[in-house]
Amino acid sequence: MIKKVELTPENDRFINKVNELSGEVVTLCEQCGTCSGGCPLVSEMDITPSQWMRLAQLGLKEVLDYKAVWVCASCFTCTVRCPRKIDVSKVAEALRQIILRKAIDYIDLKAIPKEELACLPQIALVSACRKFTG
Amino acid sequence: MTTRKTETPKTAATDNFKIPYYPGCTLKTTAKNFENSAIAAARALGIELMEIPRWNCCGTVFSLTHDDLIHHVASVRNFIRVQEMNDYGLVKNENRLVTLCAMCFNTLKSTNLRVKKNAEDLKKINDLMYREEDYTGKVEVLHFLELLKSLGFEKIRGRVKKPLKGLKIAPYYGCMILRPQEIGIDDPEDPTIQRDLLLSLGADSVDTPYKRVCCGSYQTVKEKAIVAELAYDILSHARKEGAEAMATVCPLCAFNLDHRQKEVKASHSDFEEMPVFYVTQLMAIAFGLENESYGFDQNYVDPRPLLASKSLIKQQGS
Repeated sequence: MIKKVELTPENDRFINKVNELSGEVVTLCEQCGTCSGGCPLVSEMDITPSQWMRLAQLGLKEVLDYKAVWVCASCFTCTVRCPRKIDVSKVAEALRQIILRKAIDYIDLKAIPKEELACLPQIALVSACRKFTG
Repeated sequence: MTTRKTETPKTAATDNFKIPYYPGCTLKTTAKNFENSAIAAARALGIELMEIPRWNCCGTVFSLTHDDLIHHVASVRNFIRVQEMNDYGLVKNENRLVTLCAMCFNTLKSTNLRVKKNAEDLKKINDLMYREEDYTGKVEVLHFLELLKSLGFEKIRGRVKKPLKGLKIAPYYGCMILRPQEIGIDDPEDPTIQRDLLLSLGADSVDTPYKRVCCGSYQTVKEKAIVAELAYDILSHARKEGAEAMATVCPLCAFNLDHRQKEVKASHSDFEEMPVFYVTQLMAIAFGLENESYGFDQNYVDPRPLLASKSLIKQQGS
């Protein structure tokens, strides 16, 4: 699909925001697809890691409308394999944080059944709260 | 406060030495069997895991955002506790901190690396905790498996009283002890440290490419179906390669691979249950330690029938 993208200062601001939060430089991505190919959760995602990298490096805020970064489990497989040495997990974290820092939570603990809460290990609950709440 | 001395030489005496041990929350509850078996197995090898006084939660996941120092404070506070253990003489010149939980390991080691590399970050965190003594950056975070490796697998082999003969175990590593590379304790694509340990215990180690594929981690809270799919792939591949059980060192992997088999069975009629051990439970058996240290009642899939079939435990009870 061909799509015309006009880059404005607004796009630059978004790119800078992602770079600032992640400590990475998203424009270094050359779209080789290694991250998407190795991602153990890619089949559950609506866009692939290389697609969110592409949207981020163009500064397109629509990247925030997809569920993919919330499916990421920060397993760092993409991080160890990226030939450009980009920490893609950190870019995913930055995209989540842009939402979470507006105090919009992704997870509602009240919606989890009590019996589940009783059996889940603390490390599951604490990490989910750290990753999915602002 | 006394002045701190330099780091302990890596060749520290191995007989009955004391080392600061960071348990973390889950080792005290759903993974109590991991802690009990590890402490007993370590003791059998002459290592005393000294629980760090007043330890606090490490934060479970290392904050990946660049500007977010507050989430590293919890980990650094634990390093100060290790300094205090040296100051108060609980350990002698031992700046290594040992963890069992793979998630704690990753969080603590990542934080340590960040503050060691960034003096400014460390200063800010130290200033924030103005009531504590400063963290000086001397602590070294180790995973228990690394400690065993430094001891030497031959020494472990020498301690085995009941070799796990004929027991086919697929070691599972997960993510947190392998990645990112600067944190990992082994080759991130082809780790072997658990294989070497299992072989020294007399077990057969079954290799599967899924040994380093993520189990879904904290997605288990909101998306357990995703975790069940990953667990199905990981466990059924191990079965296909001839494994009878899996071994792990992560309480979250253990939960996702063991307890989530309930969900796996519901979605895959062909699925056959498989016990998931903490590798330290297998050490406890091989060392011939008392039954209390096994803690099999906390495993979801009961491993006792398998162990009894290999004459490693008696048919009845644990």
